[in-house]
Amino acid sequence: MFDWLERSAEWLVRSVFGIAAQTRGGDALVFFFYDTVKILILLFLITAVMGVVNSYFPVERVRNFLSRNRLFGLEYLLASVFGAITPFCSCSSVPLFIGFVKGGIPLGVTLAFLITSPLVNEVALAIFLGMFGVKTTVIYATSGILLGTLGGMVLGRLKLDRYLTPWVQEVLHGAQQEGEMEAEPRSLIQRMPDILREARDIIKGVFWYIILGIGIGALMHGFIPTGFFESYISKDNPLAVPMAVLLGVPMYSNAAGVLPIIQVFVQKGVPIGTAIAFMMAVIGLSIPEATLLKKVMMWKLIAIYFGVVAFFIILSGYIFNIIL
Amino acid sequence: MKDIKIFGPGCPKCKTLHQNTIEAVKLAGIEANITKVEDIMEMMKYNVLTTPVLMIDGVMKVKGRVADVNEIRSLIA
Repeated sequence: MFDWLERSAEWLVRSVFGIAAQTRGGDALVFFFYDTVKILILLFLITAVMGVVNSYFPVERVRNFLSRNRLFGLEYLLASVFGAITPFCSCSSVPLFIGFVKGGIPLGVTLAFLITSPLVNEVALAIFLGMFGVKTTVIYATSGILLGTLGGMVLGRLKLDRYLTPWVQEVLHGAQQEGEMEAEPRSLIQRMPDILREARDIIKGVFWYIILGIGIGALMHGFIPTGFFESYISKDNPLAVPMAVLLGVPMYSNAAGVLPIIQVFVQKGVPIGTAIAFMMAVIGLSIPEATLLKKVMMWKLIAIYFGVVAFFIILSGYIFNIIL
Repeated sequence: MKDIKIFGPGCPKCKTLHQNTIEAVKLAGIEANITKVEDIMEMMKYNVLTTPVLMIDGVMKVKGRVADVNEIRSLIA
């Protein structure tokens, strides 16, 4: 699909910049142009498609749906899927959390939504698709959604309501099903300008992260010898995955910044499961996220939440290493 | 006099929306009372789920995204 692009990138570097593509610098430059354009194209396509899907399930409707229906465990999976299709913004996570709890949605179901939302979103999927292909992307999305589902179920079982901050517990007691506040229905054609504008905004928001990420990735691609990491992190080392996750949890970056670097790790010999586990830890759990959640959760709950999610990330890292 | 509220806990997007609104009101030359709501409890009263939100005279016009100056102008006109 993107052969033409690779050829144009090679031509650009050779003819316009006058650098032979086979040299280290030339190689890095071709990689940079090729990846940047490819990912921007995919990003636009995927944000537009996800925007259309999401316009059928605005977050208010999701909340009302989950609040009204008890689905014998299926609500965890649904919350997780909704988390995947809702565009993620870390500053919305607290209002969203309260809004869900206030609507009478159980804590575990709310957390299922909150776990999946940063892990699987349009930006992550587009970059994943551009860098690792369809198969890996599908497996990633599926495992991200399952991770949220299982994480939510486990957390739901632990009876953690008492570790919410007191004012949230009050909200919890006053919780009621809510059904109002749904926007008037508009046809898809009417919604399209908004969807495209939002796609544009999303790309604008991550553009420089992508350039920076791919830039660093391109440098590493050109200058780190293939197989470099293999000597340090190999599939045989059972501690590699947990170490990668522990390293990733305190760090924060969005998918756009961290994925290009992950791709180079993989090309240079880091097992893909280990790399993905690291990435999930970076984008899914972080210190800034913990400070935001501090408004609604006591430290103990934050620790349990992070612990359970980290456990499932490690688990999926191992599974990725086995099946990919 | 229009009553305009911007809901957002203080993330970059919310600040941009706030600035765009001030700009739009200035350009439209109307009188408006712009308040920025940063308190979560207050947001909950209005059922805000995704931030930022632009509310004009009690109606949520923009949810979960930044609107540019021109769009806000057409909303307050």
